[in-house]
Formats: sequence, structure tokens, C-alpha cells
Amino acid sequence: MAQPQAKIDALAERVAGLAVCGSGWLGAARRDAASRLAAMGLPTKRDEYWRYTDPGSLTRPDALHAAQFDTTDEAPAFDGIDRLRLVFVDGVFDPAQSDDPTLAGVEITALTAAETTDIHWARDLYGALEARGQTPVQRPLASLNTAYATEGLLIRATGRAAKPVDLIYLRKSETSDAMLHHCIKVEAGAELTVLENGPGAARLTKVMEVDVAEGGRFHHVRVQGRDPERRAATHLFARVGANALFKSFTLTANGRMTRNDAVIELAGHDGVAHIAGAAMGDGDFHHDDTVFMTHAAERCESRQVFKKVLKSGAVGVFQGKILVKPGAQKTDGYQISQSLLLDGASQFLAKPELEIYADDVKCSHGSTSGAIDEVALFYLQSRGVPRRVAQSLLVLAFLAEAIAEIDDETIAEDIRSRLEGWLARHEG
Amino acid sequence: MLEIKNLHVKLEEEDKVILRGVDLSIGAGEVHAIMGPNGSGKSTLSYVLAGREGYAVTGGSATLDGADLMAMEPENRAAAGLFLAFQYPVEIPGVGNMTFLRTAVNAQRKTRGEPELSAGDFLKVVREKAKTLKIDADMLKRPVNVGFSGGEKKRNEILQMAMLEPRMCILDETDSGLDVDAMKLVSEGVNALRSEGRSFLVITHYQRLLDHIKPDVVHIMAAGRIIKTGGPDLALEVENNGYADLLAEAQ
Repeated sequence: MAQPQAKIDALAERVAGLAVCGSGWLGAARRDAASRLAAMGLPTKRDEYWRYTDPGSLTRPDALHAAQFDTTDEAPAFDGIDRLRLVFVDGVFDPAQSDDPTLAGVEITALTAAETTDIHWARDLYGALEARGQTPVQRPLASLNTAYATEGLLIRATGRAAKPVDLIYLRKSETSDAMLHHCIKVEAGAELTVLENGPGAARLTKVMEVDVAEGGRFHHVRVQGRDPERRAATHLFARVGANALFKSFTLTANGRMTRNDAVIELAGHDGVAHIAGAAMGDGDFHHDDTVFMTHAAERCESRQVFKKVLKSGAVGVFQGKILVKPGAQKTDGYQISQSLLLDGASQFLAKPELEIYADDVKCSHGSTSGAIDEVALFYLQSRGVPRRVAQSLLVLAFLAEAIAEIDDETIAEDIRSRLEGWLARHEG
Repeated sequence: MLEIKNLHVKLEEEDKVILRGVDLSIGAGEVHAIMGPNGSGKSTLSYVLAGREGYAVTGGSATLDGADLMAMEPENRAAAGLFLAFQYPVEIPGVGNMTFLRTAVNAQRKTRGEPELSAGDFLKVVREKAKTLKIDADMLKRPVNVGFSGGEKKRNEILQMAMLEPRMCILDETDSGLDVDAMKLVSEGVNALRSEGRSFLVITHYQRLLDHIKPDVVHIMAAGRIIKTGGPDLALEVENNGYADLLAEAQ
């Protein structure tokens, strides 16, 4: 289908000066992505899929300035957790700041070193899930990333990983425009936890492709940088095999513009895929969770749990779909998106969708938007709980269902303390 | 202990006057009951004393041990020793009952400048008090009042009262929605808390609660005022004859 000239022009401007790098399998995968992208052009706010989020700042040729932000008032995310730390600074892997990437049960290779070695599993994965995720909805920013990202990691779990792998995204520049592309393969019966934290860049365009083979287990917890002016467009593509488990949770507190796409396919029977998020915005904040969950096999379970706390004009968006393909009988799908509006100036826009082509399925979805419960607030106060504490308690209660999606209690506690910190900083 | 003088209250949002000069004085260790027909202002009185929003005090005063209640935030009234057992206890999904109780107990201690209870000490006390109210471990774990039966909610109110050890307890139609056995259990819980330094204001429609919680003084409230005050016999009189005679007599 021919695309409007504006989209093609926008693409030409965006990639001017960028090159599709590399030879070998990786170069080929990038060139494939570049041709997919050329056929699509870049998204504009006239696209249905960008109806609630103006992609302008994410697609423009350069990153908008994002002032440095001091986050030393709280410990970095996952600080107390024993993990393997892999550090990127403005989108460039920094081995000097990172731990030695040797971990029992896990193989880790930098994308920059990948093209010269034939890593067969990565060759089958890089760009593959992204390409698959282009139908029925086009995701040009993901193809842009596959074609032009030169940094990222290839992580393969062959057994039970000895500890979580934490990808730390530091930002030093106020204008950095970074692209990261990670591929993660969890082999049959293996288990891996991947953590991500930090802003990454003034503008971060990121793709993570995750393939969980039969009986594999993958946990993902992400804390996006709380720099108020940072921007991010991220895609999480996942294929979940038979009897496999995929769980992802994202905390977004602050950020001028965040678009988090998740495209998950339950490809084998009895798979489980849960994706959850808690987003906190005060003022100039736009946060968009867009999820496409496909049930392509029998007896799979999916959950989407997204909660947003918005104040002073912050905007939250949720577009979530459950697609049940023919033959995906005994599907159990659940989706909830809720926002807590702390004042009248904030906005929540939600578009939940179900599309079902099997007759023996259980799918439910709900979306709500509301203010803090004044009666509950008074009840707590009448027991001696100060209004501020009571409000914080009620906000955390509102978020509890999303946080409950984190299986590791230590990590969940870290997330909770971050939420409490945010609430304390954004009182009144 | 509680001194209410000529208290006038209207709804904040509309020009509807609800309390038209309430006078009430409750001494330390006394149990007072307020009875009255629907719409007489009984529940409003309890809400205004506890500090619920939506009411405007247009005249008069209410003090607890001389401190002006109306000038205090609800949480400070609680820390000063006031407790309202709600007619309709509020469900709070996502907040565990135990967390709620501990937060409340420690918040009050903090406000009063007392050290917080340790998790262990708190657990010991709460288990003991819960047991006498037949509140099991599961009810303590569940979110506050969520999925509780009417009786369980009222028992949970009394548990909060037992944990917070207030000096001035207001019970707003604590008997509503209770069967005979539950009423007995709740009343026993209340009676166990009766002491020289603790006063009660029991708001009820029916005399039967007062068979269990024996009041020292009974007030009849109508049209936003206390129209008659007497001993326990007054409750019996209402039970037998209704309010009509008392209302006529007052006019």
C-alpha cells in the first residue's frame, strides 16, 4: 500500500546521516528491516494507532533537549539486589562500568561483536519477532530500530540463570538520541530475569525481542528513568512457547513522553503471558501503553494490568488488545486498565479491544478512570492516619494489582518504595 | 469529657440545616445513648464530631477535654481520643486489614509523641483482641472490610476501637444489620472496653442494643435538637410508645 508522501518524507529526514551497518547475517537482517520501513514511512498523529499520542517528538530527525536530572535523592533501582550489571551510557555499552558478563546458565554477547560471529539463535531471532509483529498493525519505529540500532545485547539463557541480569541505562548528554536492540532467548526449561533501569538517553528508541521456548520462564522488570524531560519509544516483542511463562512489569514515574508497545504471542499450548505497568505522572507527562496480545494456541492464559496515577495535566493512554485466533480454545484472557486522576486537569484515554475467533474462551476486560475515594480517605483519617499518609496508602492500594504481577518480593518491595518516594515528592 | 454547646450544622453544598442547637455533655466513664426518628440528625452529629467533609458548622461548639474539635483535622481528633464506629464501615480494596490497623495505631502514637509499636508487639496484641471478637486470622489478612459480612464489619469496627483505645467512643447504629448473636458479641466487645476514663455515645434506633450496652443517660433527638433527656427508662418508653408523644410534647 502506498503511504502518504508526508510519512515517506519524514522517514527520509529521520534517517538522513544514518547508515544500515554491517555485513553477514546481521547486515542482512538490518537491510530487511530498512526495506520494511521504507514501505511504511514514519507514523504521524493521523495514524489510527497513534490517535492518542502524537509521535512527533519520537519521529523527528533529532532528539529534543532534555535537561539533566538529579536522581541522587533515592537509591538507584534494584540497588540492593544481587544482579549482573551491564551498563549503557547514552546508548553505548560501557564494559568498564559493567560487571564481567559471565554468568552461569547465561550467554551474553554485545550486538557490536555479533556480526563477526555466527550466533545461530540470534540470527533466527534478530528482527524476526519485530517483522512478525508488523501485522496486523504497522510499527515503523520498531523497524527503524532493527535497521539502524548498532548497540544492544544478545542474551541466551540455557539453564537457570544464577542471578538477574540488569541493563542499566545511564544518561550523560542532554541531546543524546539512542537506539538499543536486545534479543533474548530463553531455551527450553531455562529461567531468566532481566531488569532494566534508567532513562538511556534524551530520546531512547528501544526494541527487545524475547523468545521463550517450551517450558522456559522469563521475568522482566523495568524502571524507566524519572528524568522529567526524557522521551522514549520502546517495543517489547515476545513469543511464548508451550508451557512457558513470560512476565513483564514496567514502572514509569515521570518522563515527558513514553510510548511502550508490547506485542506478545502465545504460540504454544498452556503458555502464560502477563504484562503489567504502573505509571505516575505529574504535569507535563504523556504515557502510552499499547499492548497486542495474541492467543495462537490452546489453554493459554494472558493478563494485562495497567494502572496510572495522573495529576496536574498528565495524560495516560492505554490501547490494549486480546486477539484469540481460531483454534485457541480454552483461552483465559484478562485485561484491566485503570487510572486514578488526582485532579480534574488530568486525562486518561483507553481503547480496550477483544477479537475472538474461537468459541470456548474466557476473556474479560475493564477500564476505569476515577478520583481518590474521599469516603475511604475520611475513614482512614478518622482512625488517626494523616491525610497525606492515607492518600499514599490508597494510591498504593490502587496500584497493588499491577505490583502483584512481580513474583520476586524483594524486587516488588523496591518498586513499592519508589512509588512511595514519588508520592512523597509529588504531594499536594 | 465531650461538651457540645448549641451546635448548629448545615450541609455545605446546599442550604439544608440539620443540627439546630444540640447541647450534650458527657462525663468521663459515662455511657449516653441517643435515639430518635429517621432524619433527626443523629448520624450527622457523629460525622460532624469525627470531622467528615461536607458539613458547615454555623454556630456553637464541640470540645473534647476542652480542646476545640471543630478546629482539628479528623486524624488529630482521633489522636486526641475520639473514635467513631461507622454505621457503614468502608471497604478499602488493596489495603490489608492488619496493615490498616498498624498504620492507624502507630500514626496515633506518633501524633501523641509516643514510640511506635514493634511489629511483634502489635501482632501479639491484635491477635489477642481479635480472638475475643471471634475475628480469625483470615479476616485480619483480607483487605479492609472487603467481602466481610455485615456482622464481620461491625466486629472489625470494635476491634479497631479496642486497638486504638480511644477515650470517647461514638457508636453510630452499630446494631444495624446485626443478628441477635452478632449483637451480643459486639456488645460484649464494647462492654469489655467500658472503664472509668472512657465514655460512650451510642446512637441507635432500637432499645434492644441498650439491653446489652446499658446507658447511664438517654437522649431523644428530633429535628436537629435534643428534645428530651432521661434515664434508661426513657428508651423503654420509646420502645413502647414510639416517638409521637415525645414529639408532640416537645412542640
